[in-house]
Amino acid sequence: MKSVSVEEAVALIPNGASIMVGGFMGVGTPERLLDELVRQRKSGLSLISNDAAVPAKGVGKLFDAAQVSRMIGTHIGLNPKAQQQMLSMQTDIDLIPQGTFAERIRAGGCGLGGVLTPTGVGTTVEEGKQRIDVNGKSYLLETALRADFALIHAFLADYLGNLAYALTARNFNPVMAMAADTVIVTADNIVPVGVIAPDHVVTPGPLVDYLVANG
Amino acid sequence: MDAQTIIARRVAQELRPGNLVNLGIGIPTLVANFVPAGLNVFFQSENGLIGSGPIPEQGMRHPFLTDAGGRPISALPGAATFDSAMSFGLIRGGHVDITVLGGLQVDTAGHLANWMIPGKMVPGMGGAMDLVSGAKRVIIAMQHAAKGKSKIVVSCNLPLTSTRPVDLVVTDLAVIAFPGGKATLQETAPGISVAEVMAVTEAELAIPDKVPEMKF
Repeated sequence: MKSVSVEEAVALIPNGASIMVGGFMGVGTPERLLDELVRQRKSGLSLISNDAAVPAKGVGKLFDAAQVSRMIGTHIGLNPKAQQQMLSMQTDIDLIPQGTFAERIRAGGCGLGGVLTPTGVGTTVEEGKQRIDVNGKSYLLETALRADFALIHAFLADYLGNLAYALTARNFNPVMAMAADTVIVTADNIVPVGVIAPDHVVTPGPLVDYLVANG
Repeated sequence: MDAQTIIARRVAQELRPGNLVNLGIGIPTLVANFVPAGLNVFFQSENGLIGSGPIPEQGMRHPFLTDAGGRPISALPGAATFDSAMSFGLIRGGHVDITVLGGLQVDTAGHLANWMIPGKMVPGMGGAMDLVSGAKRVIIAMQHAAKGKSKIVVSCNLPLTSTRPVDLVVTDLAVIAFPGGKATLQETAPGISVAEVMAVTEAELAIPDKVPEMKF
Protein backbone atom coordinates (compact mmCIF):
# COMPACT_ATOMS: atom_id res chain seq x y z
CA MET A 1 0.00 0.00 0.00
CA LYS A 2 1.29 3.41 -1.01
CA SER A 3 0.07 6.79 0.17
CA VAL A 4 -0.42 9.27 -2.68
CA SER A 5 -1.94 12.67 -3.41
CA VAL A 6 -5.24 12.78 -5.26
CA GLU A 7 -3.42 14.21 -8.31
CA GLU A 8 -0.91 11.35 -8.32
CA ALA A 9 -3.67 8.77 -7.88
CA VAL A 10 -5.68 9.95 -10.87
CA ALA A 11 -2.56 10.40 -13.01
CA LEU A 12 -2.22 6.60 -12.83
CA ILE A 13 -5.49 6.20 -14.76
CA PRO A 14 -5.05 6.39 -18.56
CA ASN A 15 -7.72 7.60 -20.98
CA GLY A 16 -9.95 4.71 -21.98
CA ALA A 17 -9.41 2.81 -18.73
CA SER A 18 -12.15 0.72 -17.16
CA ILE A 19 -13.04 1.99 -13.70
CA MET A 20 -15.31 0.55 -11.04
CA VAL A 21 -16.63 3.31 -8.80
CA GLY A 22 -18.20 2.50 -5.43
CA GLY A 23 -21.33 4.25 -4.29
CA PHE A 24 -25.10 4.17 -4.55
CA MET A 25 -26.76 7.35 -5.81
CA GLY A 26 -23.55 9.18 -4.93
CA VAL A 27 -23.49 7.86 -1.35
CA GLY A 28 -20.17 6.15 -0.57
CA THR A 29 -18.51 7.50 -3.71
CA PRO A 30 -14.91 8.80 -3.71
CA GLU A 31 -15.89 12.36 -4.68
CA ARG A 32 -12.32 13.70 -4.61
CA LEU A 33 -11.18 11.14 -7.18
CA LEU A 34 -14.12 12.03 -9.42
CA ASP A 35 -13.40 15.76 -9.14
CA GLU A 36 -9.80 15.04 -10.12
CA LEU A 37 -10.85 12.79 -13.04
CA VAL A 38 -12.82 15.77 -14.31
CA ARG A 39 -9.94 18.21 -13.69
CA GLN A 40 -7.44 15.97 -15.52
CA ARG A 41 -9.99 15.51 -18.33
CA LYS A 42 -9.71 11.74 -18.52
CA SER A 43 -11.75 10.61 -21.50
CA GLY A 44 -13.29 7.52 -23.04
CA LEU A 45 -13.77 5.90 -19.66
CA SER A 46 -15.52 2.55 -19.27
CA LEU A 47 -17.52 3.06 -16.11
CA ILE A 48 -18.80 0.22 -13.95
CA SER A 49 -21.07 1.76 -11.36
CA ASN A 50 -24.47 0.89 -9.89
CA ASP A 51 -26.13 4.06 -11.14
CA ALA A 52 -25.39 7.39 -12.77
CA ALA A 53 -26.21 9.33 -9.55
CA VAL A 54 -27.50 12.82 -10.33
CA PRO A 55 -25.80 15.68 -12.18
CA ALA A 56 -22.98 17.32 -10.15
CA LYS A 57 -22.85 14.43 -7.67
CA GLY A 58 -20.76 11.24 -7.61
CA VAL A 59 -20.26 9.63 -11.02
CA GLY A 60 -22.83 12.14 -12.34
CA LYS A 61 -19.86 14.51 -12.69
CA LEU A 62 -18.36 12.25 -15.37
CA PHE A 63 -21.56 12.50 -17.41
CA ASP A 64 -21.63 16.30 -16.96
CA ALA A 65 -18.22 16.42 -18.64
CA ALA A 66 -19.07 13.67 -21.19
CA GLN A 67 -16.11 11.52 -20.12
CA VAL A 68 -17.88 8.15 -20.23
CA SER A 69 -17.94 6.17 -23.47
CA ARG A 70 -19.33 2.98 -21.97
CA MET A 71 -21.18 2.13 -18.77
CA ILE A 72 -22.35 -1.04 -17.09
CA GLY A 73 -24.86 -0.27 -14.36
CA THR A 74 -28.37 -0.94 -13.11
CA HIS A 75 -30.22 2.38 -13.04
CA ILE A 76 -29.79 5.80 -14.65
CA GLY A 77 -33.34 7.08 -14.05
CA LEU A 78 -32.32 10.03 -11.88
CA ASN A 79 -29.64 11.42 -14.20
CA PRO A 80 -31.19 13.05 -17.30
CA LYS A 81 -27.73 13.70 -18.79
CA ALA A 82 -26.81 10.01 -18.67
CA GLN A 83 -30.17 9.10 -20.27
CA GLN A 84 -29.65 11.71 -22.97
CA GLN A 85 -26.13 10.39 -23.70
CA MET A 86 -27.51 6.85 -23.91
CA LEU A 87 -30.40 7.74 -26.24
CA SER A 88 -28.11 9.79 -28.52
CA MET A 89 -25.69 6.79 -28.64
CA GLN A 90 -22.92 8.99 -27.26
CA THR A 91 -22.50 6.54 -24.40
CA ASP A 92 -23.07 2.81 -24.67
CA ILE A 93 -24.96 1.94 -21.48
CA ASP A 94 -25.64 -1.66 -20.51
CA LEU A 95 -28.32 -1.85 -17.81
CA ILE A 96 -28.46 -5.09 -15.87
CA PRO A 97 -30.27 -6.28 -12.70
CA GLN A 98 -28.67 -4.96 -9.53
CA GLY A 99 -28.24 -8.35 -7.86
CA THR A 100 -26.61 -9.66 -11.03
CA PHE A 101 -24.34 -6.59 -11.10
CA ALA A 102 -23.20 -7.26 -7.51
CA GLU A 103 -22.63 -10.97 -8.15
CA ARG A 104 -20.73 -10.48 -11.42
CA ILE A 105 -18.33 -8.16 -9.60
CA ARG A 106 -18.09 -10.51 -6.64
CA ALA A 107 -17.29 -13.36 -9.05
CA GLY A 108 -14.64 -11.21 -10.73
CA GLY A 109 -12.99 -10.56 -7.40
CA CYS A 110 -13.22 -14.14 -6.16
CA GLY A 111 -11.70 -15.95 -9.12
CA LEU A 112 -14.97 -17.33 -10.43
CA GLY A 113 -15.85 -17.42 -14.13
CA GLY A 114 -19.38 -16.26 -13.41
CA VAL A 115 -22.53 -17.09 -11.50
CA LEU A 116 -25.88 -18.78 -12.19
CA THR A 117 -28.86 -16.59 -11.31
CA PRO A 118 -32.61 -17.06 -11.84
CA THR A 119 -32.99 -13.29 -12.24
CA GLY A 120 -33.82 -12.36 -15.82
CA VAL A 121 -34.79 -15.82 -17.10
CA GLY A 122 -37.45 -15.38 -19.81
CA THR A 123 -36.96 -11.59 -20.01
CA THR A 124 -34.97 -9.36 -22.34
CA VAL A 125 -32.03 -9.80 -19.94
CA GLU A 126 -31.67 -13.39 -21.20
CA GLU A 127 -30.85 -12.31 -24.78
CA GLY A 128 -27.45 -13.63 -25.88
CA LYS A 129 -26.90 -15.57 -22.66
CA GLN A 130 -26.65 -19.24 -21.91
CA ARG A 131 -29.52 -20.78 -19.91
CA ILE A 132 -28.48 -23.62 -17.64
CA ASP A 133 -30.88 -25.94 -15.81
CA VAL A 134 -29.80 -27.21 -12.41
CA ASN A 135 -32.04 -29.62 -10.49
CA GLY A 136 -35.05 -28.62 -12.58
CA LYS A 137 -34.64 -24.86 -12.17
CA SER A 138 -33.49 -22.47 -14.90
CA TYR A 139 -30.64 -20.03 -14.42
CA LEU A 140 -28.71 -17.59 -16.60
CA LEU A 141 -24.94 -17.82 -16.83
CA GLU A 142 -23.70 -14.34 -15.94
CA THR A 143 -19.99 -13.86 -16.48
CA ALA A 144 -17.53 -12.27 -14.06
CA LEU A 145 -16.78 -8.56 -14.22
CA ARG A 146 -13.41 -6.92 -13.52
CA ALA A 147 -11.89 -3.50 -14.13
CA ASP A 148 -8.48 -1.88 -14.51
CA PHE A 149 -9.13 0.34 -11.48
CA ALA A 150 -11.50 0.33 -8.52
CA LEU A 151 -12.16 3.73 -6.94
CA ILE A 152 -13.32 3.11 -3.39
CA HIS A 153 -14.54 5.28 -0.55
CA ALA A 154 -14.27 4.13 3.06
CA PHE A 155 -15.19 5.73 6.37
CA LEU A 156 -12.01 4.58 8.10
CA ALA A 157 -8.67 3.57 6.59
CA ASP A 158 -5.66 2.77 8.73
CA TYR A 159 -2.02 3.32 7.72
CA LEU A 160 -1.88 -0.23 6.31
CA GLY A 161 -4.99 0.20 4.17
CA ASN A 162 -7.45 -1.78 6.30
CA LEU A 163 -10.90 -0.35 5.58
CA ALA A 164 -14.21 0.01 7.41
CA TYR A 165 -17.34 1.59 5.99
CA ALA A 166 -20.26 3.61 7.36
CA LEU A 167 -23.95 2.69 7.16
CA THR A 168 -25.33 2.67 3.60
CA ALA A 169 -22.09 4.15 2.21
CA ARG A 170 -20.70 0.60 2.16
CA ASN A 171 -22.80 -0.70 -0.76
CA PHE A 172 -20.60 -1.85 -3.69
CA ASN A 173 -17.26 -0.71 -2.25
CA PRO A 174 -16.21 -4.02 -0.64
CA VAL A 175 -16.95 -6.17 -3.71
CA MET A 176 -15.32 -3.67 -6.07
CA ALA A 177 -12.17 -3.53 -3.90
CA MET A 178 -11.71 -7.22 -4.79
CA ALA A 179 -12.32 -6.96 -8.53
CA ALA A 180 -9.81 -4.55 -10.05
CA ASP A 181 -6.12 -4.70 -10.97
CA THR A 182 -5.41 -1.47 -9.08
CA VAL A 183 -7.39 -0.32 -6.06
CA ILE A 184 -7.39 3.37 -5.10
CA VAL A 185 -9.07 4.45 -1.85
CA THR A 186 -10.21 7.69 -0.27
CA ALA A 187 -11.37 7.70 3.34
CA ASP A 188 -13.17 10.17 5.57
CA ASN A 189 -10.72 9.35 8.33
CA ILE A 190 -7.19 7.97 8.10
CA VAL A 191 -6.32 6.46 11.46
CA PRO A 192 -3.44 4.63 13.17
CA VAL A 193 -3.17 0.88 12.84
CA GLY A 194 -5.22 -0.76 15.57
CA VAL A 195 -8.03 1.81 15.64
CA ILE A 196 -10.03 -0.52 13.38
CA ALA A 197 -10.30 -3.74 15.38
CA PRO A 198 -9.52 -6.89 13.36
CA ASP A 199 -13.16 -8.01 13.61
CA HIS A 200 -14.32 -4.68 12.18
CA VAL A 201 -12.06 -4.61 9.13
CA VAL A 202 -14.27 -5.15 6.07
CA THR A 203 -11.65 -4.77 3.34
CA PRO A 204 -8.23 -6.10 4.42
CA GLY A 205 -5.26 -3.82 3.77
CA PRO A 206 -3.41 -6.03 1.26
CA LEU A 207 -6.25 -5.43 -1.25
CA VAL A 208 -5.53 -1.68 -1.31
CA ASP A 209 -2.82 -0.39 -3.67
CA TYR A 210 -3.10 3.37 -3.10
CA LEU A 211 -4.55 5.35 -0.22
CA VAL A 212 -5.19 9.00 -1.07
CA ALA A 213 -3.84 11.28 1.65
CA ASN A 214 -6.36 13.63 3.22
CA GLY A 215 -5.71 17.34 2.71
CA MET B 1 -59.52 8.59 1.23
CA ASP B 2 -57.48 9.27 -1.91
CA ALA B 3 -56.39 6.51 -4.29
CA GLN B 4 -52.83 6.23 -2.98
CA THR B 5 -53.99 6.03 0.65
CA ILE B 6 -56.47 3.25 -0.15
CA ILE B 7 -53.72 1.25 -1.84
CA ALA B 8 -51.08 1.82 0.84
CA ARG B 9 -53.44 1.09 3.76
CA ARG B 10 -54.72 -2.11 2.15
CA VAL B 11 -51.20 -3.36 1.40
CA ALA B 12 -50.14 -2.62 5.00
CA GLN B 13 -52.74 -5.18 6.14
CA GLU B 14 -50.71 -7.90 4.39
CA LEU B 15 -47.69 -7.46 6.67
CA ARG B 16 -47.23 -9.94 9.52
CA PRO B 17 -45.18 -9.70 12.73
CA GLY B 18 -41.48 -10.32 12.12
CA ASN B 19 -41.71 -9.95 8.33
CA LEU B 20 -38.68 -8.68 6.42
CA VAL B 21 -40.19 -6.31 3.87
CA ASN B 22 -38.76 -4.40 0.90
CA LEU B 23 -40.73 -1.40 -0.36
CA GLY B 24 -40.20 -0.04 -3.87
CA ILE B 25 -40.36 3.63 -4.78
CA GLY B 26 -43.63 5.55 -5.28
CA ILE B 27 -46.87 4.25 -3.74
CA PRO B 28 -45.09 1.28 -2.08
CA THR B 29 -43.03 3.70 0.05
CA LEU B 30 -46.28 5.00 1.59
CA VAL B 31 -47.08 1.55 3.02
CA ALA B 32 -44.65 2.20 5.90
CA ASN B 33 -46.93 5.03 7.10
CA PHE B 34 -49.79 2.61 7.77
CA VAL B 35 -48.06 -0.20 9.62
CA PRO B 36 -49.77 -0.67 13.01
CA ALA B 37 -47.53 0.25 15.96
CA GLY B 38 -45.98 -2.80 17.58
CA LEU B 39 -46.27 -5.04 14.50
CA ASN B 40 -42.47 -5.33 14.53
CA VAL B 41 -41.80 -5.63 10.80
CA PHE B 42 -38.32 -4.96 9.43
CA PHE B 43 -37.90 -2.83 6.36
CA GLN B 44 -34.95 -3.50 4.07
CA SER B 45 -33.44 -0.77 1.98
CA GLU B 46 -31.60 -2.58 -0.84
CA ASN B 47 -28.64 -0.21 -0.69
CA GLY B 48 -27.61 -2.08 2.43
CA LEU B 49 -29.84 -1.72 5.50
CA ILE B 50 -32.38 -3.68 7.51
CA GLY B 51 -34.29 -1.54 9.96
CA SER B 52 -34.79 1.63 7.97
CA GLY B 53 -36.92 4.24 9.69
CA PRO B 54 -38.62 7.54 8.84
CA ILE B 55 -36.85 10.65 7.55
CA PRO B 56 -35.01 12.18 10.51
CA GLU B 57 -35.61 15.77 11.49
CA GLN B 58 -33.38 18.50 10.13
CA GLY B 59 -29.98 18.47 11.83
CA MET B 60 -30.18 14.74 12.61
CA ARG B 61 -29.60 13.54 9.05
CA HIS B 62 -26.46 11.71 8.01
CA PRO B 63 -25.09 11.78 4.44
CA PHE B 64 -24.20 8.08 4.73
CA LEU B 65 -27.67 6.94 5.78
CA THR B 66 -29.99 7.04 2.82
CA ASP B 67 -32.63 5.01 1.01
CA ALA B 68 -32.19 3.53 -2.46
CA GLY B 69 -33.17 6.87 -3.98
CA GLY B 70 -30.42 8.67 -2.06
CA ARG B 71 -32.85 10.38 0.34
CA PRO B 72 -32.02 10.63 4.06
CA ILE B 73 -33.56 8.00 6.33
CA SER B 74 -33.04 6.87 9.90
CA ALA B 75 -32.10 3.49 11.33
CA LEU B 76 -34.28 1.93 14.03
CA PRO B 77 -32.92 0.13 17.11
CA GLY B 78 -31.65 -3.28 16.00
CA ALA B 79 -30.81 -2.09 12.48
CA ALA B 80 -28.06 -3.84 10.51
CA THR B 81 -25.98 -2.66 7.56
CA PHE B 82 -24.26 -4.75 4.89
CA ASP B 83 -22.82 -4.57 1.39
CA SER B 84 -24.74 -4.90 -1.87
CA ALA B 85 -23.82 -8.54 -2.53
CA MET B 86 -25.29 -9.44 0.88
CA SER B 87 -28.29 -7.21 0.27
CA PHE B 88 -29.15 -9.00 -2.95
CA GLY B 89 -28.30 -12.34 -1.41
CA LEU B 90 -31.11 -11.57 1.04
CA ILE B 91 -33.40 -10.65 -1.84
CA ARG B 92 -32.57 -13.43 -4.30
CA GLY B 93 -32.10 -16.04 -1.59
CA GLY B 94 -35.71 -15.95 -0.42
CA HIS B 95 -34.98 -14.19 2.89
CA VAL B 96 -37.25 -11.24 2.12
CA ASP B 97 -40.82 -12.18 3.12
CA ILE B 98 -42.65 -9.51 1.14
CA THR B 99 -41.70 -7.07 -1.58
CA VAL B 100 -44.12 -4.31 -2.52
CA LEU B 101 -43.48 -2.83 -5.94
CA GLY B 102 -45.12 -0.44 -8.36
CA GLY B 103 -46.37 -1.74 -11.70
CA LEU B 104 -46.97 -0.59 -15.26
CA GLN B 105 -48.94 -3.71 -16.29
CA VAL B 106 -49.99 -6.98 -14.68
CA ASP B 107 -51.61 -9.60 -16.87
CA THR B 108 -54.19 -12.37 -16.38
CA ALA B 109 -51.48 -14.86 -15.41
CA GLY B 110 -49.93 -12.48 -12.88
CA HIS B 111 -46.93 -11.49 -14.98
CA LEU B 112 -45.53 -8.08 -14.15
CA ALA B 113 -44.04 -5.38 -16.37
CA ASN B 114 -42.69 -2.47 -14.35
CA TRP B 115 -39.26 -1.40 -15.54
CA MET B 116 -39.35 0.08 -19.01
CA ILE B 117 -41.41 1.56 -21.82
CA PRO B 118 -39.38 0.98 -25.01
CA GLY B 119 -38.40 4.23 -26.69
CA LYS B 120 -39.83 6.30 -23.84
CA MET B 121 -38.67 5.37 -20.38
CA VAL B 122 -35.36 3.54 -20.01
CA PRO B 123 -34.25 4.08 -16.42
CA GLY B 124 -32.89 0.56 -15.91
CA MET B 125 -34.35 -2.19 -13.76
CA GLY B 126 -32.34 -1.51 -10.61
CA GLY B 127 -33.34 -4.16 -8.09
CA ALA B 128 -36.83 -4.92 -9.45
CA MET B 129 -35.97 -8.11 -11.36
CA ASP B 130 -34.13 -9.65 -8.40
CA LEU B 131 -36.94 -8.72 -6.01
CA VAL B 132 -39.63 -10.35 -8.16
CA SER B 133 -37.47 -13.41 -8.79
CA GLY B 134 -36.50 -13.96 -5.17
CA ALA B 135 -38.91 -12.53 -2.59
CA LYS B 136 -41.23 -15.02 -0.92
CA ARG B 137 -44.29 -12.91 -1.71
CA VAL B 138 -44.64 -10.20 -4.37
CA ILE B 139 -47.33 -7.55 -3.95
CA ILE B 140 -47.99 -4.93 -6.60
CA ALA B 141 -49.32 -1.57 -5.42
CA MET B 142 -50.54 0.54 -8.31
CA GLN B 143 -53.42 2.58 -9.72
CA HIS B 144 -55.97 0.41 -11.49
CA ALA B 145 -55.73 2.50 -14.66
CA ALA B 146 -53.39 5.11 -16.11
CA LYS B 147 -54.73 7.80 -18.45
CA GLY B 148 -57.99 5.84 -18.73
CA LYS B 149 -56.20 2.63 -19.75
CA SER B 150 -56.45 -0.48 -17.64
CA LYS B 151 -53.14 -1.60 -16.12
CA ILE B 152 -54.61 -5.07 -15.53
CA VAL B 153 -54.22 -6.46 -19.04
CA VAL B 154 -54.85 -9.68 -20.95
CA SER B 155 -51.17 -10.04 -21.74
CA CYS B 156 -48.31 -7.62 -20.97
CA ASN B 157 -47.01 -5.90 -24.10
CA LEU B 158 -44.27 -4.12 -22.13
CA PRO B 159 -41.06 -6.07 -21.33
CA LEU B 160 -41.59 -8.42 -18.38
CA THR B 161 -39.81 -7.95 -15.07
CA SER B 162 -39.83 -11.68 -14.40
CA THR B 163 -41.61 -14.81 -15.56
CA ARG B 164 -42.47 -15.50 -11.91
CA PRO B 165 -46.10 -14.41 -11.37
CA VAL B 166 -46.89 -11.91 -8.64
CA ASP B 167 -48.98 -12.97 -5.65
CA LEU B 168 -51.29 -10.03 -5.10
CA VAL B 169 -52.24 -6.78 -6.83
CA VAL B 170 -53.75 -3.96 -4.79
CA THR B 171 -55.22 -1.02 -6.69
CA ASP B 172 -57.44 1.92 -5.78
CA LEU B 173 -60.42 -0.17 -6.97
CA ALA B 174 -59.65 -3.79 -6.21
CA VAL B 175 -57.56 -6.56 -4.71
CA ILE B 176 -56.64 -9.27 -7.24
CA ALA B 177 -54.96 -12.61 -6.59
CA PHE B 178 -53.93 -15.39 -8.98
CA PRO B 179 -55.11 -18.77 -7.65
CA GLY B 180 -54.39 -21.47 -10.24
CA GLY B 181 -52.69 -18.86 -12.44
CA LYS B 182 -55.93 -16.95 -13.09
CA ALA B 183 -56.56 -13.32 -12.14
CA THR B 184 -59.33 -13.42 -9.54
CA LEU B 185 -61.13 -10.51 -7.92
CA GLN B 186 -60.74 -10.78 -4.14
CA GLU B 187 -62.05 -7.46 -2.85
CA THR B 188 -63.36 -4.16 -4.11
CA ALA B 189 -62.56 -0.70 -2.74
CA PRO B 190 -65.16 0.90 -0.44
CA GLY B 191 -68.19 1.99 -2.48
CA ILE B 192 -66.99 0.30 -5.69
CA SER B 193 -69.12 -2.49 -7.21
CA VAL B 194 -67.87 -5.62 -8.95
CA ALA B 195 -69.44 -4.36 -12.17
CA GLU B 196 -67.54 -1.07 -11.88
CA VAL B 197 -64.24 -2.93 -11.49
CA MET B 198 -64.98 -5.19 -14.45
CA ALA B 199 -65.95 -2.21 -16.62
CA VAL B 200 -62.48 -0.63 -16.27
CA THR B 201 -60.44 -3.84 -16.37
CA GLU B 202 -59.08 -5.06 -19.70
CA ALA B 203 -58.28 -8.54 -18.40
CA GLU B 204 -61.06 -10.98 -17.71
CA LEU B 205 -61.27 -11.48 -13.96
CA ALA B 206 -62.62 -14.59 -12.29
CA ILE B 207 -65.40 -13.43 -9.94
CA PRO B 208 -66.10 -15.56 -6.85
CA ASP B 209 -69.67 -15.74 -5.50
CA LYS B 210 -68.85 -13.33 -2.71
CA VAL B 211 -66.51 -10.38 -3.20
CA PRO B 212 -66.16 -8.39 0.03
CA GLU B 213 -65.18 -4.73 0.26
CA MET B 214 -61.76 -3.76 1.62
CA LYS B 215 -62.00 -3.17 5.38
CA PHE B 216 -60.18 -0.31 7.08
